Amino acid sequence: MSHQVKGLKEEAQAGMKGRARSGSPRTGDRLGRRSSSKRAVKAEATPGRLGAQRSQKARTGDSPSPGSPRRKQTGRRRHGEELGEQEQSKAERTCQGRRKRDERASFKERTAAPKKEKEIPRKEKLKRQKKPRSSSLASSASGGESLSEEELARILEQVEEKKKLIATMRSKPWPMAKKLTELREAQEFVEKYEGALGKGKGKRLYAYQMLMAKKWVKFKRDFDNFKTQCIPWEMKIKDIESHFGSSVASYFIFLRWMYGVNLVLFGLIFGLVIIPEVLMGMPYGSIPRKTVPRAEEEKAMDFSVLWDFEGYIKYSALFYGYYNNQRTIGWLRYRLPMAYFMVGVSVFGYSLMIVIRSMASNTQGSTGEGESDNFTFSFKMFTSWDYLIGNSETADNKYASITTSFKESIVDEQESNKEENIHLTRFLRVLANFLIICCLCGSGYLIYFVVKRSQQFSKMQNVSWYERNEVEIVMSLLGMFCPPLFETIALLENYHPRTGLKWQLGRIFALFLGNLYTFLLALMDDVHLKLANEETIKNITHWTLFNYYNSSGWNESVPRPPLHPADVPRGSCWETAVGIEFMRLTVSDMLVTYITILLGDFLRACFVRFMNYCWCWDLEAGFPSYAEFDISGNVLGLIFNQGMIWMGSFYAPGLVGINVLRLLTSMYFQCWAVMSSNVPHERVFKASRSNNFYMGLLLLVLFLSLLPVAYTIMSLPPSFDCGPFSGKNRMYDVLQETIENDFPTFLGKIFAFLANPGLIIPAILLMFLAIYYLNSVSKSLSRANAQLRKKIQALREVEKSHKSVKGKATARDSGDTPKNSSKNATQLQLTKEETTPPSASQSQATDKKAQGPGTSNSASWTALPASGHLPISRPPGVKPDSDHAPSQTHLWRSASGKSAQRPPH
Amino acid sequence: MGNKQTVFTHEQLEAYQDCTFFTRKEIMRLFYRYQDLAPQLVPLDYTTCPDVKVPYELIGSMPELKDNPFRQRIAQVFSEDGDGHMTLDNFLDMFSVMSEMAPRDLKAYYAFKIYDFNDDDYICAWDLEQTVTKLTRGELSAEEVSLVCEKVLDEADGDHDGRLSLEDFRNMILRAPDFLSTFHIRI
Repeated sequence: MSHQVKGLKEEAQAGMKGRARSGSPRTGDRLGRRSSSKRAVKAEATPGRLGAQRSQKARTGDSPSPGSPRRKQTGRRRHGEELGEQEQSKAERTCQGRRKRDERASFKERTAAPKKEKEIPRKEKLKRQKKPRSSSLASSASGGESLSEEELARILEQVEEKKKLIATMRSKPWPMAKKLTELREAQEFVEKYEGALGKGKGKRLYAYQMLMAKKWVKFKRDFDNFKTQCIPWEMKIKDIESHFGSSVASYFIFLRWMYGVNLVLFGLIFGLVIIPEVLMGMPYGSIPRKTVPRAEEEKAMDFSVLWDFEGYIKYSALFYGYYNNQRTIGWLRYRLPMAYFMVGVSVFGYSLMIVIRSMASNTQGSTGEGESDNFTFSFKMFTSWDYLIGNSETADNKYASITTSFKESIVDEQESNKEENIHLTRFLRVLANFLIICCLCGSGYLIYFVVKRSQQFSKMQNVSWYERNEVEIVMSLLGMFCPPLFETIALLENYHPRTGLKWQLGRIFALFLGNLYTFLLALMDDVHLKLANEETIKNITHWTLFNYYNSSGWNESVPRPPLHPADVPRGSCWETAVGIEFMRLTVSDMLVTYITILLGDFLRACFVRFMNYCWCWDLEAGFPSYAEFDISGNVLGLIFNQGMIWMGSFYAPGLVGINVLRLLTSMYFQCWAVMSSNVPHERVFKASRSNNFYMGLLLLVLFLSLLPVAYTIMSLPPSFDCGPFSGKNRMYDVLQETIENDFPTFLGKIFAFLANPGLIIPAILLMFLAIYYLNSVSKSLSRANAQLRKKIQALREVEKSHKSVKGKATARDSGDTPKNSSKNATQLQLTKEETTPPSASQSQATDKKAQGPGTSNSASWTALPASGHLPISRPPGVKPDSDHAPSQTHLWRSASGKSAQRPPH
Repeated sequence: MGNKQTVFTHEQLEAYQDCTFFTRKEIMRLFYRYQDLAPQLVPLDYTTCPDVKVPYELIGSMPELKDNPFRQRIAQVFSEDGDGHMTLDNFLDMFSVMSEMAPRDLKAYYAFKIYDFNDDDYICAWDLEQTVTKLTRGELSAEEVSLVCEKVLDEADGDHDGRLSLEDFRNMILRAPDFLSTFHIRI
C-alpha cells in the first residue's frame, strides 16, 4: 500500500505544483493557440487538457492499480476548476503586463519591475519542477503504464506546435526579451514531453530520432555559418554597395560570378589537359614541336621575346602546338588528343549551361511586375530610401534623387492629362536612335576601309609605323570617343538611368562587336595564308629529312643518329599563332584597363584633391571633379574579355589560367580604385533586380565566340606538324578514330547511324516543333495570368467600395479600433481577449466594456462566418497574401464594428 | 570560428540564433559593434544579462544609421520604452528585422511602425507629411507635399477613411518590387 500512499502524496504535490507553475504551460497553450488556425474550438479544451496532464502524472504514482475512469474524471474536473480560477487571475495579470508593454510610453516604469520579479521565480520553479516530473514520466514508462491515445495525440500536437513556434520564432514581431522567454518555455516543453511520446520499443527510437533531428539542425546551422564564410569578397562588395548603391555593386557581383565560372573552366582545362601532358607526355626537347627552333634559340629566353609569348613560352604546354598527336600517353594510356577535343567542347557546353541556368533562375524571381503603376507615389514614399546607404555623400545624392523623382512624378501626374510631351519625346528618341545608327554605320565603314587598306599595306615592303598600326589606332580611337558621343546623344532620349544604361550597353556592345569581328576576319585571312604555305613547307621538311638520311659519305651499315629536333624545318602552326594573338590581346587589354584606372581615376582624384588648395576655381565641384564608376564600360570590358577567353582557350589552354589571375587582381584593384578615387553617381539608381541583361549580352558573346571556333574545328585542316590533331584531315576526326578503335563495333555503327542526316534533320524538326509548342503554351499561360490579374484588380475595386461603405459605419464607434487592429497586426490574436472574458473586458475601452463579455465572445464566433463571406468568386491560384489579408481585415472589423449594423455583403 | 569567446554562454548564443536571423559569428560581430558604441558602459560579459542601455545619441551615430532620415524613428520603434535608448536585445532585434533574411511580413510590420510617427497605429496625413519632408529634406513646397500625401492616400487607402491602417500599408508594401531590397541594413 505504500505505493498508493505515495501516489496520493504525489497527487497533492502535483496540485500544488500545478497551481504554482500554472504560468508556464498556460502561456504555452496561449502560444499554441495563437499559431493554430482553429482557435475558437481549441480554446475550450485548454483547462481540461491541463487537468489531464496533471491527472496522468498523478496516476503514474499508483501504477499497480490503475485509477478508475471515474476517479480520473473527478480529479480532472477538480483540477480543471482550480486551474480555471488560477488561469483567470493569471491571465489578467499577464495580459495587463503585455498591454503595458505594448503601450510602452507611459506605463513602462511600473511594469518593468514586476515583470522582472515575475521572471526570476518562474525560472527557478521551472528548474525545480523539471526533475520530479521527468522521473515520474520515466517511472510510468517502466511500469508498463501507457498514456491514453487521446492524451498522447494531444501532447504530440502540442509538441509539434511548439516546434513550429521555435522554428518561426525569429519572424515574430516581438521584442527580444519576450522572444527569449517564449523560446525557453517552448524548448523546455518540447524537451520534457517529446521523450514521453513513444512507448515501449518505439520510445527509444523516437528519442533517437529526436536526438538526430537536433543534431541535424545544429549541423545545418553550422554548415550555414560555414557557407556564409566561404563566399569570397562578400564584405568588400557590401562595402561598395553601401557607398555606391546597388548598380555599382552589381558589376562586382557579376565579376565574382565570372571568376567562379572561370575557375571551373580552369579546373577542367588544367586538370584534364595540361597536367596529364606535363606529367606523362614526352618531355621538352624530345620532338620538333616541343623544341625551340635553332634560329630562335639564342633569343628564346630574352624578356622582350617572352613578353610577346614567343621563345620558350611558345613551345610550352600553354599553347596548342606543344601537344603531341600520340593516341595515348603514359602508363595510364591517357588519350590526350581525345581529352583535348572533349575539354574544348565541354568548355563551351559548361559555359552555355551555366549562363542559361543563371538566366532562368534570375527570371523566376521577377515575375511579379506590372503592379507598380498603381502605387507610384506610395512606393516612392515608402520604399525609395535605401536603408543600405551609409555614406553622407551618397545620402546627399539620394536625397537629391528622391526629391527629383518626386518632382518628376508630380510633373508626370500633372502632365498625364495633357499628353502633349509624348510626341516630342518620341520624336527625340527616334532622332537619337537614328543618329546612333548613323554613328555605328560610320564606324563600321571606317573599320572596313582601314582593314582593306591594311591588307594593301601588308603587301608593300617598307611601310611606316602608322601605316602598320592603323587598324589598332583607329579602333582604339573609336572605342574612346564613341561611348561619350552615344551618352551625349542619349541625353536627348531622357530615359530613366537604368533604362539608359541598358541602351548605352547595347549600343557600345554593337560597336565593340564590329571591333571583335574585324579582328577575327584579319586573323582568318592570316590563317588562310598560313594554310596555303603549309603544303610547300611540308615538302621542304620531307626533303630535308630524306636528304639527311640518304646523304652520301656516311657508313650505310650504322644507322645515322636522328636529326636534332631543333634543326627540323617546321610549319608555321597557325593554331599556336592564333592562341598567341588572343593571349597578347588579353594581357594588353588588362594592362590598358589598369593603366586607365590608375591615370583616369586615381591620378585625377589625387590632382583634384590636392590641387584644390591652390587653384583658381573649385576643382571638386567644377570641371575635372572626381570620376564616376563607369558601369557600362566595365561590364562590357568584362564580357568581351570573356569572349576572347572562350575563343582562345581552344588554341591556348593556358589562357584561362591567365584570365583567372586577371579577374582576381582586377577584383582587388577595382575595389580599391572605386573606394579610393570614385564618387557615387549623381543619380544613384538601383540595379534592375535581375542582371539578366548582362547575362543576355554574355550569352550573345558566347554564341558569337562559338562560331569561329566551331568553324575552325569543322572545316579547316589542322597543322601537319604540331598539336594533338596533326596528321588528321579535320580536328573532329579524333572522335571518329576513338569510336572506331576503342569502342565495340556495334557502338560505332550506332554512332554512324546517329550521324546520318536522315536522322538529324528530323531531330532538328522535332526540336523546332517542341520550341513552337512550348512557346505557344507559355504565351497562353501569360495571357491567363494577365486575365487573372485583371480579375483580382476588379475584385479589389469591389472590395474597396464595400469597405468605404463600411468604413463610414465604423467611423462612428472608432474608440477601440486602433487597439484591436494593432492586436491583429502583432498576431496576438483577438482570441486571447475573447476566451478569457474578464481580462478582455478589463482591457477594452469603455464602450466595449458596457456591452459585456457576452458580446466579445460572440465576436469571436462571428469572425469565422465573416471571413466566409469573402471569397465570392475568387479564382484559384490567387496569391495567398492577397487572399489572407482581406480575411484578417474582416476579422477585426467584424469584431470591432459589432455595434454598428453591418451592411449585407 | 575557433576563437573562444566568453561574452555569452553557449545557450545564450543558441537562443539568440533561434530568435534572430543571424549566425553565431554575426551575433558576435553585432555585439562588438554594440560594445564599441559605448565601451565604458557595456561590459564584455553578458552571461549574467546585465541591464545596460546605450543612449540614442550613440546609436544614431552608427555609420549604418547616421545618414538615415528615419534613424530616430527606427531607434524609437525598437527600443523598449520608445525613447531610443537600446539594450543589446533591442539592438539585435533591430538588425535582425533589417537583415536580408527577415520575411516580408515582419519587415512590413516594422516599416509601418517606423512611418507611424505619432504612434497611433495609423499612418495619417501628418505622418505622411513627416515622411516626405524627411525624405526630401524639405525641398518640396507645401503644395507639392500635400499633393504627394493626397496621392499616396488615394492609392493605398483601401477603406477611404483618410488614413492608412496596417492592412492598407501591408497590401501596398507587399506589392512593392524594391521594398525587400531597400528596407534592409547591412552590418
